[in-house]
Amino acid sequence: MLDIQNLHVSVDGIPILKGLDFQAKEGEVHAIMGPNGSGKSTFAKVIAGHPEYKVTAGTVDYKKSNMKNIDMLGLAADERAKEGVFLAFQYPIEIPGVSNIDFLRTSFNSICRHQGVSEMNESEFRNFVSEKSKIVKFDSSFLDRAVNEGFSGGEKKKNEILQMAVLSPRLSFLDETDSGLDIDALRIVADGVNQLKNKQNAVIMVTHYQRLLDYIKPDYVHVLYKGRIVKTGGPELAKRLEEEGYDGIIAESEKVIQ
Amino acid sequence: MNSELKKQNREYKYGFITDIESDTAPKGLNEDIIRFISEKKSEPEFVLNFRLKAFEKWKKMSPPKWANVTYPEIDFQDIVYYSAPKKKKEITSLDDLDPELLATFEKLGIPLSEQKRISGVAIDAVFDSVSLGTTNKDELEKHGIIFSSFSEGLKTHPEIIEKYLGSVVPIGDNFYSALNSAVFTDGSFCFIPKGVRSPIDLSTYFRINNEESGQFERTLLIAEEGSFVNYLEGCTAPQFDSNQLHAAVVELVALDNAEINYSTVQNWYSGDSSGKGGVYNFVTKRGKCLGKNSRITWTQVEAGSSITWKYPSCILQGDRSSGAFYSVALTNGKMQADTGTKMIHIGKNTRSTIISKGISADESSNVYRGMVKVLPSAQNARNYSQCDSMLVEDKCSATTYPYTEIKNNSATIEHEASTTRISEDQLFYLQSRGISQEDAISMIVNGFCKDVFQKLPLEFSVEAVKLIEMKLENSIG
Repeated sequence: MLDIQNLHVSVDGIPILKGLDFQAKEGEVHAIMGPNGSGKSTFAKVIAGHPEYKVTAGTVDYKKSNMKNIDMLGLAADERAKEGVFLAFQYPIEIPGVSNIDFLRTSFNSICRHQGVSEMNESEFRNFVSEKSKIVKFDSSFLDRAVNEGFSGGEKKKNEILQMAVLSPRLSFLDETDSGLDIDALRIVADGVNQLKNKQNAVIMVTHYQRLLDYIKPDYVHVLYKGRIVKTGGPELAKRLEEEGYDGIIAESEKVIQ
Repeated sequence: MNSELKKQNREYKYGFITDIESDTAPKGLNEDIIRFISEKKSEPEFVLNFRLKAFEKWKKMSPPKWANVTYPEIDFQDIVYYSAPKKKKEITSLDDLDPELLATFEKLGIPLSEQKRISGVAIDAVFDSVSLGTTNKDELEKHGIIFSSFSEGLKTHPEIIEKYLGSVVPIGDNFYSALNSAVFTDGSFCFIPKGVRSPIDLSTYFRINNEESGQFERTLLIAEEGSFVNYLEGCTAPQFDSNQLHAAVVELVALDNAEINYSTVQNWYSGDSSGKGGVYNFVTKRGKCLGKNSRITWTQVEAGSSITWKYPSCILQGDRSSGAFYSVALTNGKMQADTGTKMIHIGKNTRSTIISKGISADESSNVYRGMVKVLPSAQNARNYSQCDSMLVEDKCSATTYPYTEIKNNSATIEHEASTTRISEDQLFYLQSRGISQEDAISMIVNGFCKDVFQKLPLEFSVEAVKLIEMKLENSIG
């Protein structure tokens, strides 16, 4: 579904990703780990199409089943979303004066229009969203509040997963969705993601902690360091990192690079 | 049509000119011109005296220089002070209007002919400062509501006009109001009798057509004890390379327990992208809460004019009276706006609310200027002001000048202000949810203006949202 070759990305002229290779298939769950400053959030944002992250080399191919490859780098952020790419933000943004439900419906309908699916009117959509809200145990009063305004950290993260539930993306990037969550909120968010993953979509989680992976079991764990994936393994890799830290694995990989 | 013209037409769709025969005075201003206007309109003598007194004052005054706007000096002798569409015969019904004029208003989305009229709104159509007539009059008459052109009001109810004319905006109040008082041609007159809640909204639609004529409308609205009215005002003008002066005066009076909601969507032509042409909108609007417990609300969406100089204000004279000012001012291109309000607390327990939202784009300048004045007599006065500015691009500016003058220690005054920029992060967030950049910007801007838009009558608020979106579309391409 996603095939990334030799990706180089700069922000304000400073190279962050330096030759990243990555592949993901339908039905897979990937975890991206790595020390601070290794380029994890950059990876998430560049896939979603943030205009400040400039791709200087490499290719990102995105393929929907039975369809031809799409050169993702040629698409703007909104076009990628319409093709089924989703980013759950590490720091969700506040939009004062815009109600959550209006925002969700505009987003939902704009994606439906693109995919040739019929749009929903206000009352249909309210029912639809209320149903989806249960996935993250979201009180429906949140729907009429302004987008993320005055939300607690946990509420903001739940709101991201609610958006994922509403838009049912094919490729979801969760950028540190677990950070700042208490145990109960973490369980709710993780349960939500588990209910949303299926054989047709792929989930890529950026995280610092093994804890999240206790709830959402990854098929692959990758270590990102200095802008490259330096090691890939199964869930046991995350356990090893939890016990040993990054030093050992980084030392191994630097040997390989040299 | 070449592509440049096409583009311009998309930018301002009201920019057409109607070819209509008009009755026009020679350029320039002197006592003879004033007498000519008064005579043309067969006015009562008190009006002529009012005009001449105003002219005497005006001659000694000079244009205000304190606003944050720059423009070349206006030659007041190079303006036509009277221009009226020529009537082929006396009009008894709007359906007898020149078809060209009817077509003009249809094109503007304001159908005046009997079969197409909008129900639920009475419309007074003003073309180059002359009222063409008012729709839904019968409905209003049933309730004793008087809503007509100012000239007609002078014929039918001169005693009411004589009592209130100049009682809110005195003859020599400021340079442009004095000029208006000397040369005003027409406008709307409205009187809501005691205890009547107007069952339909009243609306005046202003259209400038003549390139060289100044626009000097006069509106007077009286709400008697316990009455209520929603009043709406819309404005458009053709595109000319020259600037047109629009210096209107609006006076509102609310007696005991009366309530007036006055809403404006102003979309005069604002000039081309190089700043050429456009309307100078120099307007004096003021309401007097004369009675106890009375209320006046100004709601404005200012999206046009090359220069706006306008401060709809409230004089809170009656005890427990309240005033409100809700404003969205959008500037783009090379537009300049210096707008705001004055709340003058005189009576006891008077309250005022100010919510101002300024949006600046391109190279425009957007100023909020507001004054809250509490006189010694105003025991327990309260004011809440909130002034927010949003910058859409780098070369524009937003400035806030709040003035307070408190002469009574029991007053409670709150002021909040903020300046925001549409952030790249907000845009990216919305775009990453499949919303196009254009839609994302209008979503953010509409959210920003929500507190004001929701004060507008529904039909007007839909129009306002569309207008702001269309204006911003040209700025963010």
